[in-house]
Amino acid sequence: MRDVTGILIAGVGGQGIILAGKLAAQAAILGGMDVKTSEIHGMAQRGGSVVTHVRFGPKVFAPVIDSGGADFLLAFEKLEGLRNLKFLRPGGTVILNDQVIEPLPVLLGKATYPADVVEQIGARFPLLVINALAEAEGCGDTRTANVVLLGALAHRLPFPRSVWEEALRAVVPARFLELNRRAFARGFEIAASKQPRLRQK
Amino acid sequence: MKLLSGNEAIARGAWEAGVKVATAYPGTPSTEILENIARHYPEIYVEWAPNEKVALEVGIGASLGGARTLVVMKHVGVNVAADPLVTLAYTGVNAGLVLVSADDPGMHSSQNEQDNRFYARFAQIPLFEPADSREAKDFLRIAFEVSEAFDIPVMLRTSTRVAHSKSLVREEEPVTPLKRPYQKDFAKYVMVPANARNRHRALEDRREKLRALAEQTPVNRVDEGDRRVGIITSGISYCYVKEVFPWASVLKLGLSHPFPAGLVRTFAGRVENLFVVEELEPFLEEQVAAAGIAVRGKDLIPRTGELTPAVIARALQQDPSVAAVAREHGTAFPTEPEDQPLPLRPPVLCPGCPHRGLFYVLNKLKLNVMGDIGCYTLGGLPPLSAMDTCICMGAGVGMAHGMAKADPESAAKTVAVIGDSTFVHSGITGLIDIVYNRGVSTVIIADNRTTAMTGHQDHPGTGWTARREPTRALDFVKLARAIGVSRVSVVDPADLAATRRAISRALKAPAPAVVVASRPCVLLARPAPNPVPTDPGACKGCKLCLGLGCPALSLPDKRIEINPHLCVGCGLCTQVCRHGAIGKAGGSDA
Ligand SMILES: Cc1ncc(C[n+]2csc(CCOP(=O)(O)OP(=O)(O)O)c2C)c(N)n1
Repeated sequence: MRDVTGILIAGVGGQGIILAGKLAAQAAILGGMDVKTSEIHGMAQRGGSVVTHVRFGPKVFAPVIDSGGADFLLAFEKLEGLRNLKFLRPGGTVILNDQVIEPLPVLLGKATYPADVVEQIGARFPLLVINALAEAEGCGDTRTANVVLLGALAHRLPFPRSVWEEALRAVVPARFLELNRRAFARGFEIAASKQPRLRQK
Repeated sequence: MKLLSGNEAIARGAWEAGVKVATAYPGTPSTEILENIARHYPEIYVEWAPNEKVALEVGIGASLGGARTLVVMKHVGVNVAADPLVTLAYTGVNAGLVLVSADDPGMHSSQNEQDNRFYARFAQIPLFEPADSREAKDFLRIAFEVSEAFDIPVMLRTSTRVAHSKSLVREEEPVTPLKRPYQKDFAKYVMVPANARNRHRALEDRREKLRALAEQTPVNRVDEGDRRVGIITSGISYCYVKEVFPWASVLKLGLSHPFPAGLVRTFAGRVENLFVVEELEPFLEEQVAAAGIAVRGKDLIPRTGELTPAVIARALQQDPSVAAVAREHGTAFPTEPEDQPLPLRPPVLCPGCPHRGLFYVLNKLKLNVMGDIGCYTLGGLPPLSAMDTCICMGAGVGMAHGMAKADPESAAKTVAVIGDSTFVHSGITGLIDIVYNRGVSTVIIADNRTTAMTGHQDHPGTGWTARREPTRALDFVKLARAIGVSRVSVVDPADLAATRRAISRALKAPAPAVVVASRPCVLLARPAPNPVPTDPGACKGCKLCLGLGCPALSLPDKRIEINPHLCVGCGLCTQVCRHGAIGKAGGSDA
């Protein structure tokens, strides 16, 4: 369906992907959209590759995004960004956390972590790279890296700031709200200052 | 409207339907149903049963006792509960009883992808297949009404993409079901042959009445569309069909068993080309074909793995009539891009996981390891590579015994490894068998004090109920002794030398032995990072420590490096290193 927006959030079990997906979905609801999301629980959460799908529009049927069906790829880890690139439609946007988490085969020396992730992605899609861990630390807690990234995504989505503020209040526990507000604002600000660019090969 | 997962919607639906008792054994993708009931609906009694058979039996008792009852399990759990289920269809219920079977097409977190719709047909009970969260909640309420109106247990079958997908749900007020006090009824509830024969005939009557219901219920409905392509579908597949072919005529079956043959025949008569789109087995398709109706389905659509909109599009496109009509409607058929070869990221045991030390020792001892299911199954992956088998919960115990009987010499180098929750689920009877039948096998209980794999549920060994009330904890040592195992030891798997000694000693004796490898799951305590100190100068690059498969540890440039954010200081690598390159973490007890 043409009028449905797809966001694929990809990363490693334990990175806070599910919360980011929840916030995006909540904003879409508050923005008056129909929404479906899909998550992975269970085995893969033990440090494996995980993805959350978020789709919104006037009417949504499938909760999952097919290859070529995502408008945005929000990648919490570089290798996972590369792995899930096929989900993007031509011209889709990548927001990439500049973080490397080496998978076990790489730690064991049985596989090599690709060296040129940013170049590979940048050559094919508009790309915004954010060092979310550093930014989150600047906001007071590295655990808000997920919300920094979400803030950046929010800048590219058609919902007003007030909607995001309300989504944060609905989803984040009160005692972490201020912290997450700061993280969100930081991500939003970074995205506003950098329009995505198409890298030359 | 609220965004709820299928599981959250079922929890809500249970409360709205006036459910009073909910029982379950955890299993992805079903687990959050009971967790959500425990968290949000104090009016409902909840319990984690030791396994699915007990969960259903408790549920049957609750139904007879007058409570609307929800029983929840993953697909393979129904195998365990199948014995009471099939006979329960004969006796029927008192207050409504709904069994949720959460299937896992694609095996995101399961050992098989069996299609449990066949269980509904096998037991001859009604089957509801919701497509999203709203339907999950709505169908559950209808399922309770059907259960009581037709005196029969009902199956609500979800799949991973229904259970773990979120969609908008309208919350409603709860109903108050009629009071149904227990009434003795020998002919209905005591399934001796004379009574069971009558009840089997009664089941046939109920089936015919249920078939009539399936023919006219609004949950079986037609989405009118282009009559050149007609698609029969159910569950999540409906969402995918609507995504790819929004223009097609669709017969959506929400109550898919008993099979509404009349409805299907009418639909088939109105469309030019008929297809069935369903995940896994040709459950509906075979019944359409058996009714003498020309249909295509599994000759086009994969029978294994999950469907997606694109998979369905590519499959049906092979049919020329679909391809032609789809072209008119401007339907796109995307091709699947090639996967770029990239390093895989398999799940791994967490840093500090108590299972790591156990499997490191098993690897070093070069044993045959009859394994089981849980987080510890990851001990079968390289580099630990210390699990030979994984069939179903509890299987390893019986298998170790069987292997020893086949080849007595092998007993000294074969162990069963089983998690604490799994041992309670179905390992105990296997252990009794070893003792009873003069076996000599060694059973290792990987006791991390929780059901870790499915998200840390309590179980009879933890001392806590599903609502975190304190209760009596099952004592594995006393239990093993009571069963008749004389050699029982407890060891801390974080102490590699002691673990090795305990297992070697257990294997040496020609008698049944139990080793309880006891240390709480590291995620229960959520320790802050506490990295072990290293001396890269002393590191010889021998890679011995890599054998632990710890994600906090690597040897870039052939020198030890500890990830300070991940390491919790468990000290296994300190014990493994022969060159003094890894020290002990401050404040650690290792
Ligand atoms: C019949 C059946 N029910 C449920 C499951 C899901 N499941 C797999 S392993 C497991 C329990 C794991 O707990 P435990 O044995 O304590 O091992 P841990 O994960 O804590 O290491 C469960 C509930 C299953 N595979 N089969």
